[in-house]
Amino acid sequence: MLGATSWSPLFEPGFFSSEPVHVALAVGAIAAVVSGIVGVFTVIRGQSFAGHALSDIGTAGGSAAFLVGTSTIYGFVAFNVVAAAVMELIGIRKPRGRDLATGIVLGASLGLAALFLYEDTISSSTTGATVNVLFGSIFTLPPGITTVIAVLGVASVALIAVLYRPLLLSSVSYELAEARGVPVRLVGGGYLLALALAVSMSAVTIGAILSTALLIGPAAIALRLATRTGVAIAVAAAVGVFACWVGTLIAYDSTVWAGGNGWPVSFCIVAVIFVLYFASGVVARLRADRRRATSGDQPTAATPVEVA
Amino acid sequence: MRVETDPDAVLRVTDVSVSLGGRRVLDRVSFSVGAGGFCGLIGSNGAGKTTLLRVILGLIAPSSGRIEVAGGTRSRRNPQIGYVPQKIALDTDMPLRARDLVGLGLDGHRFGFSWPVGKRRSAVDEILDAVGATEFADARVGNLSGGEQQRVMIAQALISRPELLLLDEPLANLDISSAAEVVELLARIAAEQRIAILLSAHDMNPLLPVMDHVVYLADGRAASGTTDQVVRTDTLSRLYGHQVEVIHVQGRVLVVSGAEHQAHHADDTDPTRRGP
Repeated sequence: MLGATSWSPLFEPGFFSSEPVHVALAVGAIAAVVSGIVGVFTVIRGQSFAGHALSDIGTAGGSAAFLVGTSTIYGFVAFNVVAAAVMELIGIRKPRGRDLATGIVLGASLGLAALFLYEDTISSSTTGATVNVLFGSIFTLPPGITTVIAVLGVASVALIAVLYRPLLLSSVSYELAEARGVPVRLVGGGYLLALALAVSMSAVTIGAILSTALLIGPAAIALRLATRTGVAIAVAAAVGVFACWVGTLIAYDSTVWAGGNGWPVSFCIVAVIFVLYFASGVVARLRADRRRATSGDQPTAATPVEVA
Repeated sequence: MRVETDPDAVLRVTDVSVSLGGRRVLDRVSFSVGAGGFCGLIGSNGAGKTTLLRVILGLIAPSSGRIEVAGGTRSRRNPQIGYVPQKIALDTDMPLRARDLVGLGLDGHRFGFSWPVGKRRSAVDEILDAVGATEFADARVGNLSGGEQQRVMIAQALISRPELLLLDEPLANLDISSAAEVVELLARIAAEQRIAILLSAHDMNPLLPVMDHVVYLADGRAASGTTDQVVRTDTLSRLYGHQVEVIHVQGRVLVVSGAEHQAHHADDTDPTRRGP
């Protein structure tokens, strides 16, 4: 196992023994796995806007939770699940209707968020609420939160597992799924519920505003690399966990480098995702070039090119 | 305009009318397709082709009339019907191989995962081979050409061994040679597997070599019969309710408005439109 002290300069002292770091790594990993799995479907269904909207809507929930004095996760979950249900009721069958429904619910929620954040700011017991809700607070999570996050994560993943084939079929073609007798609205609604839970979890990790990055980023990277749905899901989950852990490490180390005030974790995680996204683009490009070179399009001599 | 009643018909549509939002979309449409039959459902955009296919699929209830598929009355998720919907938008980043899409045709409506069992795999391989898609079975569907995607969609529809295959405008976005290949494939499937095929198209010309039956839709009304019975100046003029003329030019059929000799469906039948 990794030693507690000897990994400098990669790991600054105390990284492996700090309780807040343990919680951060556990919560971040669960949120990343769930976001990766759900995010692949978000991207192939073209519902990135809905995912982003849910994370913004969560802002209202998180700030309300601060007002009543409970953990933000409950606020995020409550608001996101209700918002998902309302979006489904308004009707999200066609992409256009989907955008409208999303936009209407989003606008109303952001209004509420403005109100609650204002109330949070003027009430002295909740200083820092705005930054906490919008940009996350992974190092200040209470230890008991891990269990809550794990339960929500299992629920979200189980939902996707049950809906897997009909969800995939209706993502390929709504008409085909309908003709095959798939209860398309039920499947779409169930998926939105899983999305609401995933977004709530990543909102706790990297903040409501940035949670889209954890949802869409790893999935977009996976879709550049994987040819099969199952593989794409595995890659997205792995990329998410990697980004969360490396981001957390950088943030932790940076407190030492910068002498006290380190960089925000959310920034570090999103930066890692961003770098990986560009790297995956390069990989996909090289692969496409190689495929083109080996296919019959360009007749090339069948001799080995690399001699080094 | 009545059709002969075929006792062995796989699909029998009898006096079907449909109203949607107060508008009569289909008006007493009757026809039948027998096993191994290749029937073209011809009409311009908005003539009611997709509506008719959705009625047959059981997704729209007709306001009157009857639909029988393989002897039974229609119901949702009828395994006897294979379906290829219109305009499948397969993005290049869709993480799905051709064989995965075909597998969804087998069990995509079931909850949960599919486990990689040999029987499922061999069923997929067999049907991919039957449509000539083995070569690109492991490629991403989004990277395939339009003609290749149609082959995969046809395999997806055939894998459940249906008795009736419905295709909604499968030739719409294909170049002439790909369209001809798809039509040839479908004709072979109809003949070899004794499947009844109903294919909608706005241009009947690519279908002329193989189509043994045609249902011509205009303003929700239908004329049906053999191609020679239906695609005639008198029949179509009666159907349209005004004078049209059927012209044969170099093996192609053009339906033009008789009055000004202006193409009635210029967009649909202009032979210069579909370049290679």
